[in-house]
Amino acid sequence: MQNGIGILLIFLILTDLLLLGSSRLRNAIRIGAAQGVALGLLPWLAHGHLTGAALLLGAGSAALKGVVFPALLNRALREIHVRREIEPLIGYIPSLLIGTGVLAAAFAFGARLPLPWESPSPLLVPAGLFTLWTGLFLIMARRKAITQVLGYIVMENGIFALGMVVVEAMPLLVELGVLLDVFVAVFVMGILVFHINREFDHIDSDQLTALKEGAP
Amino acid sequence: MFVHYAMPLEGIYLFGLLAGALALLAVSGVGSLLAGRWSERWAVVLGAGGAGVACGAGLAGAIGALLCRVDLTVARPWRMPYGEFRLGLDPLSAFFLIPLFLLSGLAALYAIGYFRPWKGRNPGRFWLFFNGLVASMALVVAARNGVLFLAAWETMTIASFFLVIFDEADSRSAHAGWIYLVATHLGTALLIGLFVLLGSGAGSQDFGTYAAPAGMAGGLFVLGLAGFGTKAGLYPLHVWLPEAHPAAPSPVSAVMSGVMIKTGIYGIVRLLVILGTVPGWCAWLVLGIGAASGILGVLFALAQHDLKRLLAYHSVENIGIIALGIGLGMMGVHAGMPVLAALGFAGGLLHVLNHAIFKGLLFLGAGAVAHATGTRDIERLGGAMKRMPWTGAAFLVGSAAICGLPPFNGFASEFLIYMGAFKAILGSGSAALGGVTVVTALALIGGLAAACFAKAFGIVFLGEPRSAAAAAAREVGGSMRAPMAVLAALCLAIGLLAGTVLRAMDPVVAMLAGNPSTVAAPGAVWVLMPATLFGVLALLLGGLLLLAALRRRLLAGRANRETVTWDCGYAAPAASMQYTATGFAQPLTQAAEGILRPRVESQLPQGVYPASGAYHADTPDVARRMLFDPLFRAAAERLGQLRWLQQGRVHWYVFYLVAVLALLLGWALWA
Repeated sequence: MQNGIGILLIFLILTDLLLLGSSRLRNAIRIGAAQGVALGLLPWLAHGHLTGAALLLGAGSAALKGVVFPALLNRALREIHVRREIEPLIGYIPSLLIGTGVLAAAFAFGARLPLPWESPSPLLVPAGLFTLWTGLFLIMARRKAITQVLGYIVMENGIFALGMVVVEAMPLLVELGVLLDVFVAVFVMGILVFHINREFDHIDSDQLTALKEGAP
Repeated sequence: MFVHYAMPLEGIYLFGLLAGALALLAVSGVGSLLAGRWSERWAVVLGAGGAGVACGAGLAGAIGALLCRVDLTVARPWRMPYGEFRLGLDPLSAFFLIPLFLLSGLAALYAIGYFRPWKGRNPGRFWLFFNGLVASMALVVAARNGVLFLAAWETMTIASFFLVIFDEADSRSAHAGWIYLVATHLGTALLIGLFVLLGSGAGSQDFGTYAAPAGMAGGLFVLGLAGFGTKAGLYPLHVWLPEAHPAAPSPVSAVMSGVMIKTGIYGIVRLLVILGTVPGWCAWLVLGIGAASGILGVLFALAQHDLKRLLAYHSVENIGIIALGIGLGMMGVHAGMPVLAALGFAGGLLHVLNHAIFKGLLFLGAGAVAHATGTRDIERLGGAMKRMPWTGAAFLVGSAAICGLPPFNGFASEFLIYMGAFKAILGSGSAALGGVTVVTALALIGGLAAACFAKAFGIVFLGEPRSAAAAAAREVGGSMRAPMAVLAALCLAIGLLAGTVLRAMDPVVAMLAGNPSTVAAPGAVWVLMPATLFGVLALLLGGLLLLAALRRRLLAGRANRETVTWDCGYAAPAASMQYTATGFAQPLTQAAEGILRPRVESQLPQGVYPASGAYHADTPDVARRMLFDPLFRAAAERLGQLRWLQQGRVHWYVFYLVAVLALLLGWALWA
């Protein structure tokens, strides 16, 4: 069991690094989906037994992140004819370098973070933090709105992993609420991306500076 | 769930009335907004009806609570850090609730007629904010928890802000609204500091556990005076008043000027109760600020052309008078002179009630004139007495009352403050000096106020109309006349029954002026008061009768006939020959030129047969021009340098958030 959870968390960290380095959007969506499905196993692996709540949570999140979100994002991709992120704000090699720095920071933070319960694996907190920060980094460093939606989903994966530490204490409802939140966000952003594209012929979110106060 | 403290049966009953009033206000406001989507009529019925019934119930509850000397606290838990739904009803709260519900109810009735011409707009938007304003003001007065108090205070601010900018077609309203919002938020910032410091000792925001850290009572009082004074309109923090009051619809101006700014006074008085004892110099500070507010307020009022702006400056003046009373009371407490303390606090607090009534009346009257003529510019009005006799009579009563003339209510409260001041002069040392200050300031204020209302009433209501709009004025409808009539009657009633009102106020004064046994002494004063008052009244009435008899005698046996006003021997009198408002006030404003600093554009008549001449004087607020405008310009310049932070890129904003959160996390883990 301890092996299983370790492998899963290492998979999480590796996929995060992969996301930082990938320019093809379809690929990135697939990686995010794989992360989501893998995380669906986490409640079972972390606690060694299957409660009804954990089962519901795992299955729900795997279905949503493995099937529904990728489908929505792929549909958006098809409709706006974008394949890859050209000219990211921070390039892929620097992104990977920063990513390793962030990973080191995640381990440093994870070692010091006081936890109310014993963590099922020493890797859990660092991997969760790293996934969370990777998601935020994607939001900051990429231009296309689609990648930012993806960053949002990855961030939620990180929150989900961190939540495993306290899932016994954290009510199921909270996690379901977060999932619903992300679902609505992805849904709305998918529609929004589509409409922005139709109005402006691009989905570069940095062009939103035109809306800034006092912009020409 | 409920925690009861010394709660007699009638207390529960009266408290229930007030709680019901609050709930009804909230429900009817929201209901009115929803109903307004389908039917304007139902929106008005719900909004105004709810406000009227709630204010009636609240008024009954407040008067009952004051007479029964109810003192109780009710608490319910609230999911808010340090917050608790702790409401209290003591004589002080009950006393402030009386004018609050009285004037709000009458203003609601008035608003029905006032907004009748505004067809095609959802009246529910007005009633939501109006009823919300009344409910939040009542909550401010009843709150006994710092967090609850601030929440109610901010709700009150937001509701009144939306009411000020209600006439959105007028861009000046929006500007006035922003000035109001900025000013009042700066005040609230100070109050947050005050409450944090007060609660830091016991670690609780319950008013009952508040305690000033050692040696800081004076500092805390200054903090509260500035924070609450911004809302009350004490000089020089009054700058929002002359902007917001004219911009708001008239029933709102009446409520804002009559009762909302009094929540600032309530705050100062409540702070005095909480702190218990404050250093002696605090009394001097209140006296000084009161004198400055009173004198400068009335001087600036004298120089205004806009009727509602003039009234707004008079609010500054009257808040100054209230502060003079409270300052005297504080001085009495500090000097160990219970009679002085009782007289000062009683005068100041009675003036709170009186000002609510006569200033409410005057704003409603000014609104009626503006409603009938479409202008608030005094120079374009005139002759309204003949066209609007009801409004004119009511405005005259209000004017006499605000000038402190007997037999109206303004006289009673100012008389008490005078009595206190003379008591102080008979005392010793610094109290005597304070008494002299108050007498001097009050006499100056009274004289200038009389001049100002001679101008306001004379130019607007007497003479001949100065414009076609003023000539076409018609008396306003019943729903606008009735509230004015009620308020005018109350001006007279409180003036005549001042002794009775003061006896009812005994427990309030006792809360401030020391323990009840010391108040027994001024109890004698309350008995003497009516006698003195009636003596003075009889003297005046006798004088009037004597004059009437003299007039009869002089006119006996002569032919007399009626003719036009201001004939003055001219063959063809025209309206432009009359005194203008500027001209009438000019001798006084010129004498005070150094203080008022008017912007004058004049073209003096030349030669023996002058062909033309012009004189125009504008008097913008000096405190705003000299103090706040430069201050805010400098702040805007400094803060503008931070503009580079606003990139307009979502990426950067997310980065700021993450960076701050990561820094905080690191600080929490390593520091």
